[in-house]
Amino acid sequence: MGAVSVRDVTVAFEAFRVFDGLNLDIEEGEFIVLLGPSGCGKSTLLNAIAGLLDVASGQIWIGGKNVTWEEPKDRGIAMVFQSYALYPRMSVRENMSFGLRMAKTPKMEIEKRVKHAAELLQITHLLDRRPDQLSGGQRQRVAIGRALVRDAAVFLFDEPLSNLDAKLRNELRVEIKRLHARLGKTTMVYVTHDQIEAMTLADRIVVMKEQKVQQIGTPDEIYRRPSNLFVAGFVGSPQMNFIKGRIEYNDHIPEFVIGQRRLPLSDYLFHDGRPAAQDVILGVRPEHLDIVNDGTWADFTIDIVEPMGADTVLWCSDREGSLQIRTNGSRKAAPGHRLSLTVDAAQVSLFAAETGERL
Amino acid sequence: MNTAEPQGRRPRRLTAGRMGVYALLISAALFFLLPLWIMIVTSLKPMEEIRLGNILALPVAFTLEAWTKAWSSACTGLECNGISVGFWNSVRILIPSVVLSIAFGAVNGYALSFWRVKGANVLFGILLLGAFIPYQVFLYPLVRIFSMTGIYNSLPCIVIVHVIFGLPTMTLLFRNYYAGLPLELFKAARIDGGGFWTIFLRVMLPMSIPMLVVATILQVTGIWNDFIFGLTFAGRENLPMTVQLNNIVHSTQGERAYNVDMAATMLAALVPLVVYFVSGRWFVRGIAAGAVKG
Repeated sequence: MGAVSVRDVTVAFEAFRVFDGLNLDIEEGEFIVLLGPSGCGKSTLLNAIAGLLDVASGQIWIGGKNVTWEEPKDRGIAMVFQSYALYPRMSVRENMSFGLRMAKTPKMEIEKRVKHAAELLQITHLLDRRPDQLSGGQRQRVAIGRALVRDAAVFLFDEPLSNLDAKLRNELRVEIKRLHARLGKTTMVYVTHDQIEAMTLADRIVVMKEQKVQQIGTPDEIYRRPSNLFVAGFVGSPQMNFIKGRIEYNDHIPEFVIGQRRLPLSDYLFHDGRPAAQDVILGVRPEHLDIVNDGTWADFTIDIVEPMGADTVLWCSDREGSLQIRTNGSRKAAPGHRLSLTVDAAQVSLFAAETGERL
Repeated sequence: MNTAEPQGRRPRRLTAGRMGVYALLISAALFFLLPLWIMIVTSLKPMEEIRLGNILALPVAFTLEAWTKAWSSACTGLECNGISVGFWNSVRILIPSVVLSIAFGAVNGYALSFWRVKGANVLFGILLLGAFIPYQVFLYPLVRIFSMTGIYNSLPCIVIVHVIFGLPTMTLLFRNYYAGLPLELFKAARIDGGGFWTIFLRVMLPMSIPMLVVATILQVTGIWNDFIFGLTFAGRENLPMTVQLNNIVHSTQGERAYNVDMAATMLAALVPLVVYFVSGRWFVRGIAAGAVKG
């Protein structure tokens, strides 16, 4: 029922084209996260799926039906907004039942659904309050409840947690994940700029930048095999280290070379066969740099130590540039210490310096 | 040593600058209150006392005679039925004009800010332009149009005029107010299945109470105080209170009845005065909201 398909969709504001022929297929029951910096078009895409925005060309299919010109209410969707968007003059109960009352649902049925949703979200005791008497977290629960009672096949979330403080955000994030598991066949499309939300919630992540899809993949793929420099840099905190260098062949074995340092790439899984010798950028996640006594990459000096509890991030540098290393929180380290590192070639990413695409 | 005490001299409460400010404020208040005072005391005096010329003095022989005369038997031209006729005419003009102009303004503002009407900004610009063209320019063409349609000099005629001329301000007021509401609220209502009217009536209107109050104040005072439209479009039967007041004050024979004139003027000003006193707080708030959110 809840498969969503975006086919060749173009959205235009006046003369400015936001998307030009965008395609995206979402399976029923899937949790898709649209991830990207602000202005990348992720919310626009969500609004187009919801029918709150007219598409200039292309089609939108939901549940095997072409809904491109359907009203939002007829698309079988429910939506949760960043600003909660609760009707301020209605009680929680009236807020949740507004859509059903519009649709002339029988009273008994409305009552049943509101009760069920309220129990699921633990807001039964709030039903008779007004939105201004609720905290931010409670308001967003009510907004999710309002979406729940619609019994929709597709849930759309537009940065639902961005207005909440860190602790509440974590709580509600888990709750949304639990809700998705419990609802089973409900498709969820979730827009966020927070990569943690994307990584923890998604079945698949769609990374977007400047109105273009950069990569679609599972969180694991996005994290381990980013398809270009933008994705590699956007996902992951602390950020992936980028080192400029060259690929050269040494006895038919490709090697990454920067100054005196070398990294044999025999373990590296090339995206499209072995490339020619060229300028490249090596991407290494901070946790894939190991500190050892006699590493192949020696002579780094620690500049800054950032203890984070479980982990410690070390900022270190040599004459060429600086690196961030994520290491165990129990390791003793102080600025000025010398380090020697090893890099596992199977864990790195290589990007062509010219195009920024993965090699 | 007691470190919890503040050090140095306590600042003086009443400085020379403060006193200057108070003096200015008090004299400004007096300047505006004095005419009101003169009107009230004069309207409560019999003519003999007024002739003595102490216009600031309290009445010695206190009487409400001038008020009753102004209300029910003062002469406006040939008829001597007082200003009460005009009062009820004004009420009959006021109620439909206020209700209709606010209703149209609210719907206009709502449509302009939420329903991305094609060319909404141009339409709004044209509408606003209307607010800046002097009324006098419209008078003669409107008279011609109304006499051609045959409703010139009637109650519907004056009501239509008030509604049309209220539209730019009312639309501006509501458009700015709705522009300040989150767009997501409207989107949520769309997804919940609301149409143009259901969203307006069930979501937006209940949130507009502060603006409705402000709009009512603006329109009640504006329409009640109107003179030129009433004189031009209402017709002899429906002349509003302001026009009748003018007639009373200017159609005296023999001795000028200052006390009756004053009482009649007070009566005519009563409705706006009450509105200001009751709702001053709302009034300021609404004007400020309209100004900031534009």
